[in-house]
Amino acid sequence: MDRLYPWILRTLGLVVPALVVALGWQLYQGAAAARHAFGWGFVVGSSWDPVFNHFGAWPFIFGTLVTTAVAIVLAAPLGIGVAIFLAELAPNWLRGPVGYLVELLAAVPSVVFGLWGLFVLAPWMRTDLEPWLIAHGHNFPLFRGAPYGLGFLAAGLVLAIMVTPFVVGMAREAIIAVPRVQREAAYALGATRWETIWQVVLPGARSGIAGGVLLGMGRALGETIAVTMLIGNTPAVSASLLAPGYTLASVIANEFTEATTALYTSALVEIGLVLFASTLVVNLIARLMIARLAAAGAAA
Amino acid sequence: MNLRLRNSANWIMLTLTAVCTVAVLIPLFLILYYVIRQGAAGLNWALLTRLPAPPGESGGGMANAIVGTLELLAMAIVLGVPLGLAIGVYTAELGNGCGIDKLAGVVRFGADVLTGIPTIVTGLFVYGLVVVPMHRFSGIAGAIALALIMLPVVSRASEEVLRMVPHAYREAALALGASRWRVLRDIVLRSAKPGLISAALLGVARIAGETAPLLLTALNSSQWTLRPDQPMASLTVGIFNYAVAPYDDWHRQAAAAALTLIAMIVLLSLLARAWGRIGEVR
Repeated sequence: MDRLYPWILRTLGLVVPALVVALGWQLYQGAAAARHAFGWGFVVGSSWDPVFNHFGAWPFIFGTLVTTAVAIVLAAPLGIGVAIFLAELAPNWLRGPVGYLVELLAAVPSVVFGLWGLFVLAPWMRTDLEPWLIAHGHNFPLFRGAPYGLGFLAAGLVLAIMVTPFVVGMAREAIIAVPRVQREAAYALGATRWETIWQVVLPGARSGIAGGVLLGMGRALGETIAVTMLIGNTPAVSASLLAPGYTLASVIANEFTEATTALYTSALVEIGLVLFASTLVVNLIARLMIARLAAAGAAA
Repeated sequence: MNLRLRNSANWIMLTLTAVCTVAVLIPLFLILYYVIRQGAAGLNWALLTRLPAPPGESGGGMANAIVGTLELLAMAIVLGVPLGLAIGVYTAELGNGCGIDKLAGVVRFGADVLTGIPTIVTGLFVYGLVVVPMHRFSGIAGAIALALIMLPVVSRASEEVLRMVPHAYREAALALGASRWRVLRDIVLRSAKPGLISAALLGVARIAGETAPLLLTALNSSQWTLRPDQPMASLTVGIFNYAVAPYDDWHRQAAAAALTLIAMIVLLSLLARAWGRIGEVR
C-alpha cells in the first residue's frame, strides 16, 4: 500500500485535466455540423431561424456581452466597497454576521433569483424604474423604447446581485493580504484612513481585486437560469437596455431539448463551445492575476 | 490640500463603503422576504406529499420533486465526494512539502478551470456523454453532471483543510516508524476529518440549487421516480417550469418550493460551518 497509494491518487488526480480536455473535445465534435455549414460566419451571423435551418450566434453573443457589462459595471465598485468595509472598517462584532450574509447571497440558488426577478423586480421596473429612465434619459439611446420590465437591464441587475459576493470574497482576501506595516507606515506619514486605503492598500491588492472582478465576469457570462427568466428570450440586437434580448446560456437552456434537426442541435452545441471558450479565457486571465498576487505575497 | 478637506474626503469615502454594504444586503433581504412570505402562503401538506396536478388544474404538489432532488443529491455525493476528496488528498499531500509531484500543479489548475465552466456547458457535455448513448434523459445523467460540478469544489476545499494539519504530526508519526500510508490514513485524514466533512457539505450546498445542467440531463417528470435510468423531477427544475408557466397556483407552488430549497441549503451550509468550527477547536 505504501508504494501503491501515490499511484492510485495520481491516477485519480489526472481525471480532472482529462475531464476538461474531454469536455472541450466533445463540444468541438458535437459542433462539427454547424461549423461546416456556417464556418466563422456563425459568430457574426445575426439570423437565428430554426425553420429554415439557418443559424447565427451574434444576437446571443451580443446579449451575453451586454448583460455581463451591466453586471460588472455595478458589481465591481459595489463589491470592492463592501470588501473595504469588511476588511478595514467594520468592527469585529459586525464583520462575522455581515460576512455570513454576503456568503448567503452567494448560496441563494439561481432559480430563486429568477423567481424574485420575475415576480418582484421586473414588475417594479415596468411600472416605476423604466418609465422614470425613459422620461429622464431619453437623450441616451440606452434608455429608449417601451418599458417591458423584462430585458437586458433586468437580467443585468440580477446578475450584478449574483456576482457581487464573488468580487467581495476575492477582493477581501487580497486586501487582507496587504502587509500591516505598509498601513502603519502610511499612518505614520500622516495619511488619513481613506488615503491609506486608496494610495497604499488598494494598489497593493490590485491584481487580486482584478482577478476577483474577472472571476465574477466569468460567472456572469455563463449564468443561465436567472437570466433565462428575465432576459425576455428574443434573439434581437438592440441599442436600448430596456429591450428584450437573449444570451448564449439561455438559448441552450430553452431550445436544446426541443431542437428538431441535427443541424439545430449542432448549432446549439457550437453556442456552448463559444461560451466554453470565452469563460475559459476570462478565467485563465483571472487565475494568472491571482497567482501573481500569491507570488508577490510570498516574495514580501 | 488642507486638513479639513482631507478629513471630509476621508469621512465621505468611508461612509460610502458602508453604503455599498447596505446596498448589497438590501436585495438579499428583499429576496428572503419575498420567498418566506409567498412561500409560507403556498406551503401546505399537499405540496409536500402529493404529485403534480395536470397543467392548469389547481392543487397537487411537488413531493416527487423533493424526493427527486434528494435522490439526485445522494447519487451525486456517492459519485463526487470520494473522488473529490482523493484529488484533494493528492494535491495537498503529494503536491507540496516532502514529496513534490509536478503533476499536482496540472491537477490543481484543471480543478480551477473546471470550477469556472458554466454549469449549462457541463450539462451539454453530460448530455453527449450519457444521455445520447442511453437514448433517454435520466436521473443518473443529472447526478453525473452535478458530481462534475461539485468535484473541484470538494477537492480544493479539502486541500485547504489538509494543509492546516501541522507538519509536526506527520514528522512525529514517521519518526515513530509509521509508513507513509499509515501516516496519511491514521494521522492526517483522522485529524482533518471534521474539516473534510465540511468540505464535502460545501460541495453539496453548491449543487443543491443547480437547475441548468438538470434541464439537459435529468429533465423532469410528473411521476415518482425511483429508477435512476428514468427522467427525474427536481425542485429547481420544478420551480423554473412553474415560474414561467401562466398559472397563478403554480406560481404559489414555485415560491413554496423555493422556500423548501433555501431551507435545505441554509441547513447544509450551517452544518458545514459547525463542523468546520469543531475542527478548529481541536
